[in-house]
Amino acid sequence: MVKRTFAVLVENKPGVLSKVAGLFSRRGYNIESLVVSETEDSSASRMTIVVEGDMRILEQVGKQLNKLIDVIKVNDITEEETVERQLCLIRVTTEDQGSRQEIMQITEVFRCHVVDISRKSLIVEATGDEDKVQAVIRSLKPFGITELVRTGKVAMIRGMQ
Amino acid sequence: MLTGAEIAIKALEREGVELAFVYPGGANLEILDCLWRSAIRPVLVRHEQGAVHEASGYARASGKPGVCLVTSGPGATNLITGIAAAGMDSVPLILITGQVLASMVGTDAFQEVDVTGITHPITKHNYLLNDVNRIAQTVKEAFHIATSGRPGPVLIDFPRDVACANSPVTEAETVQLRGYKPNLKGHTGQVRQVIRLLGESKRPVIVAGGGVIGSRSWAGLRTLAESQDAAVVHTLMGLGAMPYDHPLVLGMAGVHGLACANACIQKSDLVIGLGTRFSDRLTCSVPGFAPHARIVHIDVDPAEIGKNIRVDVPLVGDLKIVLEQILEKLTPLKRPEWVSEIAAMKEMPIPGSKITGGLSPIVVIEALAKVLPSQAIVTTDVGQHQLWAAQRLPHRRPGKFLSSGGLGAMGYGIPAAIGAKLACPGDPVVVITGDGSFQMGMPELGTAKEQHLPIKILLLNNDTLGLVRQLQKYYSDQRYVAVNFSGNPDFGGLIRAYGGSYYPVTQEAELGPALEAFLNDPGLTLMETKVAPEENVLPMVLSGQTLDQMEG
Repeated sequence: MVKRTFAVLVENKPGVLSKVAGLFSRRGYNIESLVVSETEDSSASRMTIVVEGDMRILEQVGKQLNKLIDVIKVNDITEEETVERQLCLIRVTTEDQGSRQEIMQITEVFRCHVVDISRKSLIVEATGDEDKVQAVIRSLKPFGITELVRTGKVAMIRGMQ
Repeated sequence: MLTGAEIAIKALEREGVELAFVYPGGANLEILDCLWRSAIRPVLVRHEQGAVHEASGYARASGKPGVCLVTSGPGATNLITGIAAAGMDSVPLILITGQVLASMVGTDAFQEVDVTGITHPITKHNYLLNDVNRIAQTVKEAFHIATSGRPGPVLIDFPRDVACANSPVTEAETVQLRGYKPNLKGHTGQVRQVIRLLGESKRPVIVAGGGVIGSRSWAGLRTLAESQDAAVVHTLMGLGAMPYDHPLVLGMAGVHGLACANACIQKSDLVIGLGTRFSDRLTCSVPGFAPHARIVHIDVDPAEIGKNIRVDVPLVGDLKIVLEQILEKLTPLKRPEWVSEIAAMKEMPIPGSKITGGLSPIVVIEALAKVLPSQAIVTTDVGQHQLWAAQRLPHRRPGKFLSSGGLGAMGYGIPAAIGAKLACPGDPVVVITGDGSFQMGMPELGTAKEQHLPIKILLLNNDTLGLVRQLQKYYSDQRYVAVNFSGNPDFGGLIRAYGGSYYPVTQEAELGPALEAFLNDPGLTLMETKVAPEENVLPMVLSGQTLDQMEG
């Protein structure tokens, strides 16, 4: 099993996301993450899709995506040099002053931000690639994570154009 | 200014639509109202599933897309089986479904259903038309998508208020779809690879699929086969792409293929798939398929290549164009040894009847094969009769054998014959069916009567769902569950109720004269043969076995 990242340019129309998602479910492909938003051209949206499977399946994923009329372009960017980011919001419990201090230090090391503080918890915003976000989560886990939301990956090829 | 419905009908007229298979309802009133003033002939059906199979039969016999106009909700959901069948068999269809008011969409209104959601996996593309200014363009796009590249069904869901609204945009512009540009010309490097492999091959075989017929490239197929002394086998969808009696042609291959065709694939050192999906009905065990062969796969749909089997040389493009590209550069090659091997394989016997007592359905099909007019269009339903017909009829011409291949939808035969007869009124149209399938397509007898269509229905009645019975014999140790019909109707009375004539046959000796009378009858006709249920379709490759490990 390998992971591939596809950058998929699609028509910015209602129903397109469900067409893409439906393709994955009915052909039994595993989506690890899918992010979609409008691009610089409002008539098109960009999806970044991370898929896991064997090479034969992954080749089919690309071809089947291309077959959808509303898909404009499919790029497998796995092998490209890319900038990748995901965003994660983590609510951590802060039982005492000491743990709060320690959490602040961790966020500084990872260059994260504390974006909300209440009496018993705070929210950390972590932005980075997969490894960094994982590391932040691992470091905060001992304090007690009560809530976690996380976007999928967005990616852009370096140095093009 | 025209109304949305007027714009849509005018757009259909511009595409050359002459008739449409129609069922009315509240949500397509305005669309049908426009047919009152249009040259498009509405063919009123009895059930929407009939409409879509009729459109499929019409499309396959005429080479033009078939059109259905039905209402929302159940009108649309009744299309589903036919859309899926057309998608699997790459048949171009335009399906226009009425929809509740755009302002009501999403409220679970009366006869509302999410048609684009339901049909997305089975259409080539679909539209929810919610802008009156986009109608002309959408219809033009739909025809372009349905008929180009790998053909398929395209659905337009048309809310009633959009059909009533007015717009000054009554004509379409050139179709420009940035996400849809089928690759028609083959990659020249890959073309060279195909030529190289042909040059190195001693035992080439061409697997001719439905794409040869869909792309009308049978002449190229024949030239290729003859110039290379290559054997030709067919998939069910490709039957007739080359005449059955041509010395290089070995007939249908696959699960119920002829022993000679299957043996040829297994012996070959080069398989060239033309317009075929290499489906499981053809390949049987994938690792055991053509074990000594390199594989060339030529298809217009890139997603088919490498999907089911490993391919040595993929080549994407329209078959007609690609075959021209290949033939332009190809030097003819004589392979006398292979030709004599093909001739020897062609002599391999087809299993005869295995039953004693009663009329054998195989005997019936073979009797029909002897007298079937060469210009006849044959449609089938799905089951044993379909496979016997595929194995044993004289497939002389392309596009004359219409059967639900990929989906295997019972109930296809009668409506497909109605569509084919409307497309080709001068050609005799014969339906081969069984008692199970007949009862799924039966409502459309009313359509045949109303349209005065003299279709000929040959019914092999064994009072059982024979092919499933056969599966239960092999896989369920002869425990026959839910396959035997004890409540079959009086088929003679039934056809007479629709104004047709009836030719019953119970003895082999009656077959010849009955077939002659049946084929010469000027009206809607049913010939019912009471056949023995014990006959099985042989040869048969059991699940998990390879093509040459055949029963029977």
